[in-house]
Amino acid sequence: MNIHEYQAKQIFAKYGVPTPKGMLASSVEEAVENAKVLGGPVWVVKAQIHAGGRGLGGGVKLARSLDEVKKYASEILGMTLVTHQTGPEGKLVQKLYIEDGADIKDELYLGVVLDRAKEMPIIMASTEGGMAIEDVAHNTPEKIIKVAVDPAVGFQGFHGRELVFGLGITDPAEQGKFIKFAAALYKLYLENDAEMIEINPLVKTGSGDFIALDGKMGFDDSALSRHPDIEAMRDISEEDADEMEAAKYGLSYIPLDGEIGCMVNGAGLAMGTMDTINYMGGTPANFLDVGGKANAETVAKGFEIILKNKNVKAIFVNIFGGIVRCDRIANGILEATKLVDVHVPVIVRLDGTNAPEAAEILKNANIANIITATDLADGAAKAVAAAKGK
Amino acid sequence: MSILVNKDTKVIVQGFTGKEGTFHAEQCLAYGTKIVGGVTPNKGGQEHLGKPVFNTVKDAVNSTHATVSMIFVPPMFVADAVMEAAEAGIKLAVIITEGAPVRDMQKAKAHANKHGMMTIGPNCPGIITAEECKIGIMPGMIFKKGNIGLISKSGTLTYEGANQVCREGFGISTAVGIGGDPIIGLSYKDLLAMFEADTETKAIVMIGEIGGDLEIQAASYIKEHITKPVVAFIAGQTAPAGKRMGHAGAIVSGGAGTAKEKMAALEAAGVKVVISPADIGKAVAEVLAK
Repeated sequence: MNIHEYQAKQIFAKYGVPTPKGMLASSVEEAVENAKVLGGPVWVVKAQIHAGGRGLGGGVKLARSLDEVKKYASEILGMTLVTHQTGPEGKLVQKLYIEDGADIKDELYLGVVLDRAKEMPIIMASTEGGMAIEDVAHNTPEKIIKVAVDPAVGFQGFHGRELVFGLGITDPAEQGKFIKFAAALYKLYLENDAEMIEINPLVKTGSGDFIALDGKMGFDDSALSRHPDIEAMRDISEEDADEMEAAKYGLSYIPLDGEIGCMVNGAGLAMGTMDTINYMGGTPANFLDVGGKANAETVAKGFEIILKNKNVKAIFVNIFGGIVRCDRIANGILEATKLVDVHVPVIVRLDGTNAPEAAEILKNANIANIITATDLADGAAKAVAAAKGK
Repeated sequence: MSILVNKDTKVIVQGFTGKEGTFHAEQCLAYGTKIVGGVTPNKGGQEHLGKPVFNTVKDAVNSTHATVSMIFVPPMFVADAVMEAAEAGIKLAVIITEGAPVRDMQKAKAHANKHGMMTIGPNCPGIITAEECKIGIMPGMIFKKGNIGLISKSGTLTYEGANQVCREGFGISTAVGIGGDPIIGLSYKDLLAMFEADTETKAIVMIGEIGGDLEIQAASYIKEHITKPVVAFIAGQTAPAGKRMGHAGAIVSGGAGTAKEKMAALEAAGVKVVISPADIGKAVAEVLAK
């Protein structure tokens, strides 16, 4: 789960990570009122959406008067912001964060993520603040300092020294401030089961203070149940409605832009099915894992969600029955076709436990648009042909 | 021979009397797995599925001399269960539970390593030595005995792969589902080494997916140390970047962990890489015919 910048900054503040003063606004009037309270003389008007690259997309503006705050607030609020992370459809801006302008001397980067190879969190820092870290990693990897910190040991002085010397911070007072900043960030990463934190840019002010000018946080979904305060920060308007609807039924769904709807059990086989469709010259319309307990209700829901996508020209149901018996799934599919109007060809491949019985059930039902397949390759080929109207 | 488990392996079940634990323990017993007992706190002294129940793993190990534990406890209790098993002297914990927090697994795995306990999973189908010992939730009947070792992050692709291998007239020595979480126990590298040393295994199938770099590590290991033929499939060639594809660890982030880079690394290591999982069986037949 991801949260907004203003929410990340609330968490930062709780741990003593310095941030500029700021206030949330959901109308232009509120934005101007907040700006008055903050006092100025310079404000930053920032779109609150779950995506990076907001500045380049026109979602972050520097205002030098209350009139400019008003002007920018009315421009940004309600706009559909397109950045490299939103996709071409962009995201509607429904909230603004009005912040005090900062006296920027240097722009740095600081983040914490899990290093899967080292199996512990790493702190990443760079002097190249304000740029996409992926680009820095690609073009000038030597400009990223990585310090792995074992949670069993905790953030130690030497970790801090590696960071400040790596960044070329030489003033002892500044070193102390930066180390305190990084230590607090590491602590809040662990204590909140964060998946990633990114501060880009982290600025050094003219007076040698370090401030989180931006803040991005994502959390481990599996740990949310022990963080009700974080869970309460969820903004459902930022999440895909179909993905959320699917999740309610235990389905894992991700829309794609192809023509063949996929319904599969297991995430690996679901990806493998998409890959096979692509290999055979077709295009997958979605990823859909029905999980280990496919039944009539979940299959019906799956059909319903897949068919919301008007590009879908055929559906490939690919189930490898393990503990779940294929004959039950075959009955589930028949039930589902009664619950949902399935108007495109459905290619069904059921393999594994009780597969012959399942084939018999589907054959006897004799439903016009259900086409059976013997294995994965056969099913994918038939789905690709059906989508092409053959 | 086989790897890690066989017909003599003594197994206990943590979360024995719960719904999932009961159902799958019963299936494992029917397969022939030597389940010698289980652990459910406050149910010690009772009997379940004809086997003794203990309050602690220590009690269970002392009285049954089990070396492997199959873990079905709820996600928030996984770390506790794994660390308990490690301190009680269990040698291998097979963690079936899905949804354990990453931070918990990080801690639990480090503790297991310290005590010399191996782990498989979490969020995995388990391990099976065909026609001898099944520790997990896979359908036993598709794994015919044979000479192919199988390692997979995905449950259903394990079944798909094993099924194709058997349809080609071969069989499975041991199949291990390692799980698709960001932090997992035994990985490709560890298991490749075991299959290389196993006299019964003639070829290895490895099934990977997007996210992380375990497959890349495996590729360099194969290049240096593996003499047996390896067939690989990497799921998620068509997955969009930045999206989590079902498994917690199946995500391309910052352009890293793509199927393309993994396939290229494996190919460069001499592995037979297939583009579709539908070709796994055929590819095994091909590499063995050489």
